[in-house]
Amino acid sequence: MTMDIMSILVAAGILGVMGLLFGIGLAFASQKFAVEIDPRVVAVREVVPGANCGACGYPGCDGFSNAVVKGIAPVNGCPVGGAECAKNIASIMGLDAGDSIKQVAKVLCKGDEDKCSNRFDYEGFDSCVAANMLNGGPKSCLYGCMGLGTCVQVCPFDAIHINSKGLAEVDPEKCTACNKCIDACPKDVITLVPYGQLTVVDCNNKDKGPMVKKNCSVACIACGICEKNCPFDAIHVVNNLAVIDYDKCTNCMVCVEKCPTKAIEGDLSKRKKASIIDDKCIGCTICAKNCPVDAITGELKKVHEIDQSKCIGCGVCEAKCPKDAIEMK
Amino acid sequence: MEHASLFVIMVSAILVNNFVLSRFLGICPFLGVSKQVETAFGMGMAVTFVMTLAGILTYFVQYFILVPLHYEYLQTVAFILVIASLVQFVEIVLQKMSPTLYQALGVFLPLITTNCAVLGLALLNIQYKFGLIQTVVHSFFAAIGFSLAIVLFAGIREKIEISDVPLPFKGFPVALITASLMSIAFLGFTGLV
Repeated sequence: MTMDIMSILVAAGILGVMGLLFGIGLAFASQKFAVEIDPRVVAVREVVPGANCGACGYPGCDGFSNAVVKGIAPVNGCPVGGAECAKNIASIMGLDAGDSIKQVAKVLCKGDEDKCSNRFDYEGFDSCVAANMLNGGPKSCLYGCMGLGTCVQVCPFDAIHINSKGLAEVDPEKCTACNKCIDACPKDVITLVPYGQLTVVDCNNKDKGPMVKKNCSVACIACGICEKNCPFDAIHVVNNLAVIDYDKCTNCMVCVEKCPTKAIEGDLSKRKKASIIDDKCIGCTICAKNCPVDAITGELKKVHEIDQSKCIGCGVCEAKCPKDAIEMK
Repeated sequence: MEHASLFVIMVSAILVNNFVLSRFLGICPFLGVSKQVETAFGMGMAVTFVMTLAGILTYFVQYFILVPLHYEYLQTVAFILVIASLVQFVEIVLQKMSPTLYQALGVFLPLITTNCAVLGLALLNIQYKFGLIQTVVHSFFAAIGFSLAIVLFAGIREKIEISDVPLPFKGFPVALITASLMSIAFLGFTGLV
């Protein structure tokens, strides 16, 4: 009996001593071969989403964290984490996050079944890439969304779906701007736009006007009317297609109003209007001078007035007012 | 196998008794990290490194600790302890001495701790009553056999990835079938030794 207990104890002793020796060895090794890791790398690694998607252009979240701490990558370099993540990283790095505006994917096509005709019936399997190989796909417009859902398949966030009209549509709340759909789309009809951008040219057709018009009733025909009417020089016709400079665009939607084919998307009912807070206005006339549509009237040193029917909600007056006396509603 | 020549041990370890394809050891990394040839190769190298070291170390543990004390039945537990510590040690040292190699091996290194091929190898070395030199040769070439299998498999999987596989077979099912076909192919080496 004592023998048995002894052998158990010896067995435990052997393993215990071995474990202890290895433990001491490892402890010694970790001291001797210690690698100094910047604690900021660990901290940054904790606040990034950790999906290892590679949308930042670095090999995974670890690579991005290292690059941020080394100062190679910008603190707002993670498109998936968005503004909040950028803010957290910035506070770790002791920097200002700057204005990192969240970007979302957007399908630039309004040519659904009713508006854009088909050249032939496609009966292959549901893949835009496959359909595109068949002479550019069934759609008469060679630039538009075919709605076969290749982007839907690649989206890891369930943020893109084919709507009832047969066009792909992005849910801006779920989209993280990971670029997967943009890479997958054979038509290059998906692009990134700033989150909350109300005015978007919803067309991707780079053909000349008459040809475009024949195929689709809501396409950009490159007439240039938007370009002439934009008060901010924010929209230009490039390659037979109107392109908005989102840095300059104020969502005033003048182009939406003027576009003859309604190719520019923008909900006019969401348009903001400027209004003057009477208590704060000192009558400096700066707003009236800057208003691109002359909607503000008023004499010097008297409270100004805004003609709501003329106001296009561009926000220039709000930005220029030195007394913060104008708000956009 | 007691007096097997080194050459026979080598051929046997690589082809005839391939660890993955005829002993069915180390299937987890074989399926897990064989999507790309490059990572499969990295895993193969990491395994080779650890297996050779583990083979030598377990030899000493067996013949200098367990046998003199007559506690051979502690083999399995003791070897697990050795392998786990060894992998940790290698990781720490590599991180300091060769950050490039450390990054290349990346996540595979800690994964090897739980690779049954390493433990299997250590136990087999003892079972075959190999001497030290035979142990080294067997350990190294068994790992080379593992690397060969995983790299070949990764190459095939890369091709499968872009070929038209029936929907129910996509992904792991077809990979498993491929693995079994490879295993059958390696069966052809049986008469060699």
